[in-house]
Amino acid sequence: MREARPQAGAGLWRQAGERLRSRWAVRLGAGALAVLVALAVLGPWASPWHADAIDWQHLAQAPGAVAGHWFGTDRLGRDLFVRTLTGLRLSLLVSVLATLTSLVIGVTYGAIAGFAGGRTDEVLMRGVDVLYALPYLFIVIILTSLLPRGSLAVLFLALGAVGWLTTARIVRGQTLALKRREFIEASRALGVAPPAILVRHVLPNLIGTVIVYATLTVPQMILFESFLSFLGLGVQEPRASLGNLIAVGAQEMSSAPWMLTVPSAVLVLLLVCLNLLGDNLSDALDPRGH
Amino acid sequence: MLSYVLRRFAGLIPTLIIIVTASFLILRLAPGGPFDQEQTLSPAVRANLERAYGLDQPLLSQYLVYLQHLAHGDLGTSLRERDFSVNELIREGLPVSAALGAAALLLALLAGIPAGIAAALLHDRAPDYGIAAASALGLALPSFVTGPLLALIFGLTLHWLPVAGWSGGALRYLVLPAVTLALPVAATLARLTRASLLEVLRAPFIRSARARGLGPARVLLHHALPPALLPVVSYLGPAVAFVVTGSLVVESVFGLPGTGRYLVQGAIDRDYPLVMGMIIVYAVLTLVLNFLVDLLYGWLDPGVRRA
Repeated sequence: MREARPQAGAGLWRQAGERLRSRWAVRLGAGALAVLVALAVLGPWASPWHADAIDWQHLAQAPGAVAGHWFGTDRLGRDLFVRTLTGLRLSLLVSVLATLTSLVIGVTYGAIAGFAGGRTDEVLMRGVDVLYALPYLFIVIILTSLLPRGSLAVLFLALGAVGWLTTARIVRGQTLALKRREFIEASRALGVAPPAILVRHVLPNLIGTVIVYATLTVPQMILFESFLSFLGLGVQEPRASLGNLIAVGAQEMSSAPWMLTVPSAVLVLLLVCLNLLGDNLSDALDPRGH
Repeated sequence: MLSYVLRRFAGLIPTLIIIVTASFLILRLAPGGPFDQEQTLSPAVRANLERAYGLDQPLLSQYLVYLQHLAHGDLGTSLRERDFSVNELIREGLPVSAALGAAALLLALLAGIPAGIAAALLHDRAPDYGIAAASALGLALPSFVTGPLLALIFGLTLHWLPVAGWSGGALRYLVLPAVTLALPVAATLARLTRASLLEVLRAPFIRSARARGLGPARVLLHHALPPALLPVVSYLGPAVAFVVTGSLVVESVFGLPGTGRYLVQGAIDRDYPLVMGMIIVYAVLTLVLNFLVDLLYGWLDPGVRRA
């Protein structure tokens, strides 16, 4: 019985991998994403400027090669190339951590609800329904207004604390379906304790679903983070994030349009790549339609 | 149908009570009070302020007083904007936000559904790819990027439309904000319509309708579209939530005097009654609109009513 599962799983994954590699959209998205991540990690060191350094000679300098300000500078003379890339780095970091937080909460919650079933399941999922009725971001706004502003930990915990609802629903559904499978029944008949069944047999079988959902969650979290930072509730000056760079750029767009277009272009490119990869991955792992 | 309506409606009430109670508790138990931001107050002044706003009472009686006022439709007084009740602020801003939201939803429906139908009918041809690319871009562009960019192009460069402001609701001022808010919704609607219409068009009953000699227009309008639009209708609920949330950003980008800025500023100031009032108004709005979408769905799909 333990022989059959991994083989079937490897088959699905290998097939999905082949399908993915043959698509030009995936190659393009993955390549561009790799470039963006490399730029976010290494880019700031390539520039002669520091994210907070003020260049009094070149305030609101247009993009070009002047004094190494490749993407120009902002109103305070800070280098936009470095600020955009450090902002990108921060957005990536916050969104990945927020996604992990939401996965931990969502998988635990959904697996417990689905595995316990009955009354527990009903109460737990009713709570999810209630939270669903409120638009996500309102809860994040409440949370960010309650907790100290400007702390990154608070930001990704707040985002993760509301992003888990859909994960919980999907995981619960999968757990309910898994629970009725023969191998779970067999281990129950062998006298394995329920928590052990959950950890040893149910969770490993959820990994595929969870990975697919995570790739779709990361761009959502990037969007939420920049949304909050744009409104002034997320990352605070002098720290740069794509959201607050765009907010400042929007105020300065009549005299310094590059302050708006540079961070916007990076954000849009990042979101397009992630959406492309996420859509194709969930497509490739979906056994229907092939 | 009537029992379906009543059942759905009864489901709203506990949700609403939980939202009111939870947001009350969260805001009251949170660290940091509304009088923290300004220069430190002397303890006597602080105590007087707290007494004036009832913040010195036990939590339970604060809650009961709040519920009692709420039952009379009174959301309390804003702690920051001293001269205004929350009701006045909302009454002032809500028409603006509602006009923006309604215009955006309408625009999204009028653009998204026909685009989706066109893409499905011209499946795998140039217009289909064009619409797919446009909707992928529409989904990836957040409103706080499209808003300023549209203002930059159509306002500052071409001078066709005003960049910001409201001016008593003149249509010219509504165009850019409504388009900004509608774009992602239209993109999603186009995708959904395309996918579901393609699936329906492959169904046997469509083939038999064609075999009976019905014209393409009749097959599309009478046979294919009604079932194909069901998933589109069920997306309207999330679309409403999206428009309500998105209006926060769009109002701030275009400087519209709607309710969004009260929620954001209220959250920054920890202005409890204002944030509570806004959350409750938005929650009621979302719940009621979702309720209407549910009814529409039940009316379109009899199977749902019985379930």
